[in-house]
Amino acid sequence: MSVGIIMLVHTAFGRAEQVARHWAASGCPLVIHVDKAVPRKTYNAFVKALSDIEDVRFAPRHRCEWGTWGLVAATQGAAEIMLREFQTVRHVYLASGSCLPLRPVQELIDYLAVRPNTDFIESATTADVPWTIGGLDQERFTLRFPFSWRNHRYLFDKYVALQRLVGFKRHIPNGIVPHMGSQWWCLTRQTLSAILDDPYRRVYDRYFSKVWIPDESYFQTLARQYSRQIESRSLTLSKFDYQGKPHIFYDDHLQLLRRSDCFLARKIWPFADRLYEAFLTDPAGAMKRTEPNPGKIDRIFAKAVERRTRGRPGLYMQSRFPVETRENGLTCAPYSVFQGFSDLFENFEPWLARMTGMRVHGHLFAPERAEFSDGQTVMNGALSDSAALRDYNPRAFLASLIWNTRGERQCFQFGPRDMIEDIEWYIAKDPNAQVSVISGAWAVPLFKSNGNFADIRREAALLQQVESQHLKVLRSSWIKARVRIWTMAEFIEAPMEPLQTIIDEIGQQNLRGLAEVPRMSDLTGFGQFLQNLKNQGMHPYLMGDFPVEQGTHSPQQDARKPYLVR
Amino acid sequence: MGAWQSYRMRLRRKRAKVRAFRKHFSMRSVVDRTDRIRPGDVLLFSTMRDEHVRLPYFLRYYRDLGISHFLIVDNDSTDGGADYLAQQDDVSLWSTKASYKRARFGIDWLNWLQSKYGHGHWTLVVDPDEFFVYPFCDTRPIRALTDWLDTSQVKSFGAMLLDMYPKGRIDVVPYRAGQNPLEIAAWFDPGNYMIEKNKKFGNLWIQGGPRARVFFPDNPKKAPALNKTPLIKWHRRYAYESSTHMVLPRGLNLTYDEWGGEKASGILLHAKFLDTFTAKAAEELTRRQHYSASVEYKAYAEIVQHNPELWCKWSEKYINWRQLEILGLMSKGNWA
Repeated sequence: MSVGIIMLVHTAFGRAEQVARHWAASGCPLVIHVDKAVPRKTYNAFVKALSDIEDVRFAPRHRCEWGTWGLVAATQGAAEIMLREFQTVRHVYLASGSCLPLRPVQELIDYLAVRPNTDFIESATTADVPWTIGGLDQERFTLRFPFSWRNHRYLFDKYVALQRLVGFKRHIPNGIVPHMGSQWWCLTRQTLSAILDDPYRRVYDRYFSKVWIPDESYFQTLARQYSRQIESRSLTLSKFDYQGKPHIFYDDHLQLLRRSDCFLARKIWPFADRLYEAFLTDPAGAMKRTEPNPGKIDRIFAKAVERRTRGRPGLYMQSRFPVETRENGLTCAPYSVFQGFSDLFENFEPWLARMTGMRVHGHLFAPERAEFSDGQTVMNGALSDSAALRDYNPRAFLASLIWNTRGERQCFQFGPRDMIEDIEWYIAKDPNAQVSVISGAWAVPLFKSNGNFADIRREAALLQQVESQHLKVLRSSWIKARVRIWTMAEFIEAPMEPLQTIIDEIGQQNLRGLAEVPRMSDLTGFGQFLQNLKNQGMHPYLMGDFPVEQGTHSPQQDARKPYLVR
Repeated sequence: MGAWQSYRMRLRRKRAKVRAFRKHFSMRSVVDRTDRIRPGDVLLFSTMRDEHVRLPYFLRYYRDLGISHFLIVDNDSTDGGADYLAQQDDVSLWSTKASYKRARFGIDWLNWLQSKYGHGHWTLVVDPDEFFVYPFCDTRPIRALTDWLDTSQVKSFGAMLLDMYPKGRIDVVPYRAGQNPLEIAAWFDPGNYMIEKNKKFGNLWIQGGPRARVFFPDNPKKAPALNKTPLIKWHRRYAYESSTHMVLPRGLNLTYDEWGGEKASGILLHAKFLDTFTAKAAEELTRRQHYSASVEYKAYAEIVQHNPELWCKWSEKYINWRQLEILGLMSKGNWA
């Protein structure tokens, strides 16, 4: 009893010949099908090259376009020859010219010999498989597909749409339940002959010839009718990408393939010399048994699909430039934006850095330059502090900064003095942004400044306008950022509570609470300052209500000592 | 994109083809070995001028990648580079004394050669100071990439220009012929690139890197474009529109994914900033044969006089393609 190999070949005939000789050397009879699209000259040369091997037959040629009936017809023809001409064959293995045996053929023969009645064919109902391409799962069995998906995509799509529109549904003959699975199987003589000699075969053939991708469903469905024991997995390792194309194996996959528990791998790049050498020409040493670890192969190829379909969140690069709403994360990691805090507290930035271990920048969007932490002129990723470069593309600036500093949480100051117009919406829509605002705190530096009151008034009016616009953005319904807004009056009532909340959310393990508190500016006379602005006809409202009388709001009594919040 | 727009693009492409035809009369074949080109060969097209010192390593690098034939236009070299190229078995050489600028920076010449010899081949268009890096380039020849692109039915492959520079002044370490220039210019900017989409041509417009950071910090708009599409399965109807930054028909520019995923992409390591650069910059100032009245070179010449150091604390030293992929400068896409 032996294993017979059906080989479907359409290209790389040198490699196909090599593999065919490998099978033959271990006593496996072969039936080879060559695609009809191959020129006669090439075909003849191939036949001639294999003429010295006794147990090789060539099947009648069909045109094998991807996803068409030709592939099934070719397999049927070859299988008939196999069963007729090689009576000792018990299992028939369907392989392609670009399949490569990963383990010694004798191991395969032994493996099948102890499982004489088992059919190895991946076969699952459409409801249970995730790998259907083009959104056609059950419909591939109930619609007609006369147009090629590859070459006439437009007609294909339109015809599908039309059938859906008129509610066309094909009748599935004899109540068979369509199953799908990998097209590379290994069936017993019993099952295979039962399929081929089925009295209803003409009915089935006619039905499946109009099904989409019948090579993944014909044998998979019919084997269910006759098999005594189905093991629903393929003995051939083959991985598919997101479009349903097989992944290709190269020389650098050698170690990976050694760890596979499959007998064959598909598909191998024809010029992968090292692979062919390792698995074919070196009889003893090359197929060194290593502990199988198929999970690793799965992971690598699953990751490739993930990368192609979802990409790395927050990365903008030459081959990933998502349109709006498809970014899958505007930035790659959470960051914090503080507005008004460094105005209200004298040492806010160093304090925050000490408390949280974050990278604390100054006003990144300041008009003069990007104020990176520690006064650096260049940041991670060689990001320049030039205001012109930053404002040229502020989105790219912020996304790059967050991307370049992966692993270290970033935090920066923001305020109405900054160039916020082009970036505020971006931050507001970013779920990674944690925005905390003390509204009206911009008035503190004005209060402290030594300018002419007329200038201060003008400046205050401008800043208030900018900030109220900004608050509108932060309160819009499109917001995705985590936003907290306090008026300044509200905030200084109990400053530690909000600070603790913010820092807790950042998630530093600081269980004992804040060990140290930031120093608040001396606000003595601030209420009067606001009143003066009002008296000049400018109405400051963003900071909330500050009484003119000093001391009623703030518990601060001793004006000479700096005020500690507690 | 309406029919009218499409039609105008078609006219543009036709115009590029007509230009290529007109300009090809100025080229003279020096050595023609194109009969050695076999179907399936990956071909390299390039123009050069006075690059003799770079040539030995350039040819070796691309031969190792698996380039089968080099088709090179020599623009009036005086340093013996043309003779050197003529002696190479896998080089076909043309020479011209015509204006580089008037041939749209050499693109007209190459468009002609590509449509004549590149039809049906994968063609790589690079300058002598550009080194193509793609995923798995250390273990898989370029043919593996193009075969995979063929089976994926992809016709063009993007590779961003990555400016490489040495640590210290760029004119300190002399470059010797045959040496790997990346030994000297080993550093690059890992994460300061800015991308916009060009709605008209569909390509991305990428700027940034050391040139934007050092030469154009106050005028970023003038910073040079870094997006390139150097590897294309050529059809005689195709035409590069502006250097290899843009190509027509526009579909070839879509080397990026817009739905969140990553397509596979490569990098052109740009080893321009060697000690030879200072002399080149000075020469280009008088020749004025480069883009936008050589504005780039003017800026270089000015800054290079004072402080020709591009290196900074956050510069990254080049190791291999995997490093570039982790940094997010290129991607494996779904090639695994």
